[in-house]
Amino acid sequence: MNLLSNLISGLSLGSVYAIIALGYTMVYGISKMLNFAHGDVIMIGGYISFVMTVYLGMNGWVGLLIAIVTCTCLGVLIERLAYRPLRGTGSLAVLITAIGVSYFLQNVALLIWGANPKMFTSLFDGVKALRLAGGKLVVSPESLFTIAANIIVMIVLTLFVNKTKAGKAMRAVSEDNGAAQLMGINVNQSISLTFAIGSGLAAVAGVLMCSAYPVLTPTTGSMPGIKAFTAAVFGGIGSIPGAMIGGLILGIIEIFARAYVSTELADAIVFACLIIVLLVKPTGLLGKKVSEKV
Amino acid sequence: MADRILKTISTRGLKNAVRGSEYKREALISYGILIIGYIVLQLGAVGGLIGRNLQGQFVPICVYVSLAVSLNLVVGISGELSLGHAGFMAVGCYSGVLMSRILLPHIGFEPAIVLVSMIFGAVLAALAGFVIGIPILGLRGDYLAIVTLAFGEIIVNLMNVIYFGFDKDGKLKFAFNHAIEDIENSDRIIAGAIGATGTKTMVTFTMGLLLCLFTVFVVLNLKNSKQGRAIMSIRDNRIAAESIGLNVRKYKLTAFVVSAALAGMAGTLYGLNFSTVAPTKFNFNTSVLILVFVVLGSVGNIWGGIIAASILTVLPEVFRQFADYRMLTYAIVLILVMIATYNPTIKARVKAVWTKINPVKKKDKDKGKDKKRKKSGKEVA
Repeated sequence: MNLLSNLISGLSLGSVYAIIALGYTMVYGISKMLNFAHGDVIMIGGYISFVMTVYLGMNGWVGLLIAIVTCTCLGVLIERLAYRPLRGTGSLAVLITAIGVSYFLQNVALLIWGANPKMFTSLFDGVKALRLAGGKLVVSPESLFTIAANIIVMIVLTLFVNKTKAGKAMRAVSEDNGAAQLMGINVNQSISLTFAIGSGLAAVAGVLMCSAYPVLTPTTGSMPGIKAFTAAVFGGIGSIPGAMIGGLILGIIEIFARAYVSTELADAIVFACLIIVLLVKPTGLLGKKVSEKV
Repeated sequence: MADRILKTISTRGLKNAVRGSEYKREALISYGILIIGYIVLQLGAVGGLIGRNLQGQFVPICVYVSLAVSLNLVVGISGELSLGHAGFMAVGCYSGVLMSRILLPHIGFEPAIVLVSMIFGAVLAALAGFVIGIPILGLRGDYLAIVTLAFGEIIVNLMNVIYFGFDKDGKLKFAFNHAIEDIENSDRIIAGAIGATGTKTMVTFTMGLLLCLFTVFVVLNLKNSKQGRAIMSIRDNRIAAESIGLNVRKYKLTAFVVSAALAGMAGTLYGLNFSTVAPTKFNFNTSVLILVFVVLGSVGNIWGGIIAASILTVLPEVFRQFADYRMLTYAIVLILVMIATYNPTIKARVKAVWTKINPVKKKDKDKGKDKKRKKSGKEVA
């Protein structure tokens, strides 16, 4: 039973990582940049939802919706103002800019909400936990919903990317930016759309994460951001199913390491697993191997 | 012969070959900045122009300058993105502090302790660089970046569970994942999440300057050596470099290990400058901070990194009174500077303005170039 309950919390944490990792992986796929500000968009999403529910007394689900809309706009705005001027100038310049944006978001949150941790009210406040096997196995509604949300997001996103015109355009841009432009695809629009989707998902992940671990500070987003990034690389960066698998595996490893090895060393074990996977498969589990041309 | 080919492969190497004075100029500017900066700060401190708070930043400035210069070896000269430089600094810091505590009862002359500790820190950091570098240097680009990031996080995580201290008989004790039992607070050397503690501070600004000079000396000489040209040619065209028989891994590893060793020395200096250094000091943010110095100082440019590191270490200290807004301003300035320096349209415009202001100099430069260049230059104009 203990094993099973750990597995479920692992899957739940992994689902949060997977949803965040999707944002990383899609942005990387389309614009080849490491968006280190992604983790802070999660934090902003959490705060927006917090303000809506606690300060303004709205329903949690309305708060979630507003957080999604705000983060979507924020993501598009960040891309437009900070990343677009630097497109095509090499990854280092954009990386540093992304770090600048990350500092910016953290400090804006610090100025508005202060450094004291805020207690987040869960989306499922008052909903009873599910008790299975005669009360031995307790499944919280948060973990159930997180896992379900992850599956829904994954299905919808896969359908979107593979079946719709906009999704096809996104794939074309990530395959070959220049050729896509020649074919009449609006590259700017595709990239904006990717940022919008990624940031919207970040808001979902933020609210889900804060429901499960209800402490909110301006740096809440950075560690999950780094872990989700690790998950994206783990699964093969640029691949959508890779992000899901990477996220889930990483979540399970982390919870198991915490339960059976040591709480302090859990992060070290997660990162060590990443290094080992990359040594065996240098482009991640599902990553494409790109051969170099002379 | 091989050296000749290397110069041809590496475009910057070619420039070096044509203008041998390039190296001398870079060295002169780098050493000049360091020494002049030292003299100015020292005079300011003696004359009472620089307050105590800022004086406390003198050694950290030296530490960050050497970190920036050593990271430049990996990012600028070897062309690999490293996000775990603070990890090597951490290894150097802990091992250096440990060594200094062991030596303290035996050696009375403090600079000697610092020197030995620094060498020990450098050796262990180099070892860490070697162990990490061997498997990962086969990875490319962003994958290498994420592995270095992971390495940095692992180091911080491990530091949280490491304990060193002296027991009652003065013997060195080590514990992993649990605190050492019945130990006096003053006998602790490294204590988990508290970090390196009870260190006797023995670093002076002059030692910091010497470390900076040494770091610049090593990096510049490596850059201008046969190995350096090999490393740069691998950066500029890996396949061409491989095809003339260069051992890519070996050269990349050289740059990585040397950089790690130098970061370890800087880490030791940092550790011996404070009585307590917590492991969180060496997390991802510090690695990123060093990378920001390198990029803002222009990648590959040694003295640019020196200036960026010193200014960006001093500025937050100077603007401490604006407390909350200073980091926000820092973030905005960082974004704006990146856009201003790298945006292609702005770059072209600045260049156009520059040629308008300074047309004579442009002509002089054109004279030296071959016909083909001149022609294309005219077409653009």
